Amino acid sequence: MSASLEKGINVLKEVIDAPIASFFASCVHCGLCAEACLFYTESGDPKFTPIHKLEPLRRVYTQEYTLLGRLQKWLGLSKPLTDEELEEWRVLVYDSCTMCGRCSLVCPVGNDIVYMIRKLREGMAVSGHAPPGVIGATKRTVEIGSPMGVRWPAVAAQIKHIEAETGLTVPVDQEGAEYMILLSSMEIINFPEYLSAIAKIMKQAGKTWTLCSDAFEATNSGIQIGVSDIARVIVSRIVNGAERLKVKTVISPECGHAYMALRWEGPNLIGRPYNFDVLHILEVLDQFREQGLLKTEGFEETRLTFHDPCQIVRRGGVIEPQRNLLKMVAKDFVEMSDPGKYNWCCGGGGGVSANEDAEALRLVAFKRKKAQLEATGAKTLVTACANCRIVLEEGLEHYQMDMPVVGLTELLAEHLVETEKPAAQGG
Amino acid sequence: MNELQFLTWVRGPGLDIALSIFLLGVLWRLIEIYSLGRKPDLAVPRKRPGASGWHTILRRSVAPPGMVKRSPVSYIGGYIFHVGLAIIVFLFVPHIKLIEGLTGLSWPGLPSQVVDAVTIVTLAAMVVVLVDRINKPVKRYLSTFEDYFTWTLTFLPVLTGYLAVQHLFLPYTLMLALHILSAELLLVFLPFTKLFHAFTVFGSRWFNGDINAKKGVPV
Amino acid sequence: MNANGSLMHKLALQGVSRRSFLKYCATLATLMALPPTAGRAMAEALAQARRPSVIWLPFQECTGCTESITRSHSPSIESMIFDTISLDYQETLMAAAGHQAEEVLHKVVEENAGKFILIIDGSVATGLDGAYSCIAGRSNLDLLREVGPKAAAIVAVGSCAAYGGIPKAKPNPTGAVAISDIIRDKPIVNIPGCPPIPVVMTAVLAHFVTFGKLPELDRLGRPRAFYGETIHDRCYRRPFYDQGKFAKTFDDAGARQGWCLFELGCKGPVTYNACAHVKWNAQTSFPIESGHGCIGCSEPDFWDAGGFYKALSMPADPLKFVAGAAVAGAAVGVAVSIANRARKGAARAAHETATLADLEK
Repeated sequence: MSASLEKGINVLKEVIDAPIASFFASCVHCGLCAEACLFYTESGDPKFTPIHKLEPLRRVYTQEYTLLGRLQKWLGLSKPLTDEELEEWRVLVYDSCTMCGRCSLVCPVGNDIVYMIRKLREGMAVSGHAPPGVIGATKRTVEIGSPMGVRWPAVAAQIKHIEAETGLTVPVDQEGAEYMILLSSMEIINFPEYLSAIAKIMKQAGKTWTLCSDAFEATNSGIQIGVSDIARVIVSRIVNGAERLKVKTVISPECGHAYMALRWEGPNLIGRPYNFDVLHILEVLDQFREQGLLKTEGFEETRLTFHDPCQIVRRGGVIEPQRNLLKMVAKDFVEMSDPGKYNWCCGGGGGVSANEDAEALRLVAFKRKKAQLEATGAKTLVTACANCRIVLEEGLEHYQMDMPVVGLTELLAEHLVETEKPAAQGG
Repeated sequence: MNELQFLTWVRGPGLDIALSIFLLGVLWRLIEIYSLGRKPDLAVPRKRPGASGWHTILRRSVAPPGMVKRSPVSYIGGYIFHVGLAIIVFLFVPHIKLIEGLTGLSWPGLPSQVVDAVTIVTLAAMVVVLVDRINKPVKRYLSTFEDYFTWTLTFLPVLTGYLAVQHLFLPYTLMLALHILSAELLLVFLPFTKLFHAFTVFGSRWFNGDINAKKGVPV
Repeated sequence: MNANGSLMHKLALQGVSRRSFLKYCATLATLMALPPTAGRAMAEALAQARRPSVIWLPFQECTGCTESITRSHSPSIESMIFDTISLDYQETLMAAAGHQAEEVLHKVVEENAGKFILIIDGSVATGLDGAYSCIAGRSNLDLLREVGPKAAAIVAVGSCAAYGGIPKAKPNPTGAVAISDIIRDKPIVNIPGCPPIPVVMTAVLAHFVTFGKLPELDRLGRPRAFYGETIHDRCYRRPFYDQGKFAKTFDDAGARQGWCLFELGCKGPVTYNACAHVKWNAQTSFPIESGHGCIGCSEPDFWDAGGFYKALSMPADPLKFVAGAAVAGAAVGVAVSIANRARKGAARAAHETATLADLEK
């Protein structure tokens, strides 16, 4: 295989820009980013301090793009980056970072640390220092079409099942539909309720929608492993599919990084803006709510709380819709501590959940979420990211907490005012 | 060289050299850093970032929720010594006089007893912050020679300034000369150490605010 | 006890009572911060003392120091000359002139070798073998080398004798140096000032006569009693400094209200002298009281220490390199940015599209 240190350093040289230079020049080693990082707060190990995770990038920056750094390198006062160091840093850059971006929110000098982690992963990956689990997921996404190895026939089978169960049609490859629905493979395998919820909601709203048989998978392992070239290949499938079907809006599923990859990184990966909109499903539902197209009945009586998925909220900007929607169906909705943009990560984002090496650490980091959940006294946990959902379920199980985790879209679907059923019952 | 000659040197050629290196370094480093540029963001922004970068420059001065509790010394000590330094540097009359001499700009100062009190508090805060750096595992882990060096560079002018004004330890003339010399050392090293955050903090906060405001997240 | 020729005897002849003499000694003792008993000791010593011989040599000077000492009010120079000391050579004050005067000088030096006090005002010119300043055909340097080693002690009066003074100001054409630069093995007391406070000069002489030795000196050879504090420390305008009230010009409202002259260039904070409390002209006032900032005339190198009217915190010299440095800084920045652009361009050019194969070694 062809990964090499040279390729890694070369790509780091490509991605280093003015913000990164400014961030490194500004860091005063105050260590406050550690206090924002659940891998540090829960483990107490200072090596998980976010800015420290960027040491290889800082070295390349100073050695390549500052006069003093180049002088030091030339005089032999600073050592060039080695493969051994990068290997050592794998734990820091992949295993103990979910790219949740909380550190970027607290840094007093304003450093966007997660912006730099994303770029450092470019170099780590092509120099061969990405974790095997994430490499595997990336390979499956590129070669099979989905990180979990799901192919279209599996989706087609599920569509059949849903159509039979609900009596609704699930349109596929329908040109000119208003919305194109994407799925994450988690949803296909673990949470088929999502697709049936969409079918019901779209029916009620009276909107045209479609799935695309060659672009149904929304997740993008290329972003998580940090290789833009691969991420571009993956996102191009969606762009091509959406353009072929001439849809107005592509809806990102309940998956955090899929939304971030498609909405915020995609245009930069393909080098041009899209000629369609990208919305997260929560944004679409909130629009339906505002337009009166989403009618619900009944309320959840148990106490609910909501886990804000980092990539949708802090890194995606979808903050209010989930709250508006929850209030439609929940009588006893309580916020967790640090809600909204200051949320704490589930511990499994940014490829960590696909990375077996990181499992033990992830469960340690979950103590943060556990404490937050316990403080709310909630009986049910709602979220809007299939990956968060899996990670939360595993964490809850590990800590023997009995708390169901529900996707917000499904929760809403359960409360939809069903217009046809009464007629059917009456007949 | 006697004391007055030393003082005259630091007030004359010393100041000239220090200010020259400072200006040279600041311009060099600012251009070096910001000329790296960045790619335009092609994603359609949720809302136009507008003045968000500028908002972040201000907003980041306020501690995020829960953080003061997690690291009280960093925040409280940090606020005190930064505000203290600003008061000492910009509101002590002889310093205003220096700035006026260099730039022609002038503004009213504070009574020296007030500045004295602020200085004591600032020195204390700096010591506490240093102790915290040594005691706190994260800070100790991150700290390099530069962190202690820059702390010393910042501490000395405040300390010698106070000792000079209070006539402690050394004759005023010598202490004043040492004070000015230490301030000059601070100027000389500022552009080439982490102290440069005094300049880049604005750029960094602006970038962060701009990047995230496009996504609709006020940071 | 009152031997003929002794001081007390003479004082009595002049109608000076023992009581008023004691008072005078007490004043001197107080000025020099000696214990109260020292006043009596001084009185006893002065009363019994045979007047020691004093030789005053003028080198590169302006006679300002002599002018100053003639204004000493307590003790007055007349009383000193007639009662306390035997001033055997002082060109300005003595009646003798020419060869006669020179003869006296050499006679006194020989007769009192090891016992006389040598007062010098003015710096020593060393350029051209001292030819810049001569008396009776001999250079000051030559004279000092001959007379200096024979003195009991040397009193360097004025900033010129003490530190080189105005003659030493850049570029120092005469090679002026302080007395202490030439004579190194004699006790020397520096009484700097341009000119020094008259009472300080007479008090030091009185101390020597009383105790047979020089008063306690500081690192710069100055009597601690008079040079222990800065003008600023004892200045009656100090409260205005502390309140941040400064006169901005010599005729503004602040100046009229007696506000601090720091911003007008007062060097009080770095000047060690007794002007602010001992004052001048029979304790009438001192420069700051007359509305002018201290120029620091008793400090070494005050002549080259930046402008008299520049505040201490202001640059002493105009900044010469700053503009050039700014241009150089911008040039370095631009050069680095061009090099960086090339590096980044090269990195982009070397980019091979990453594939799955690039994820593993």
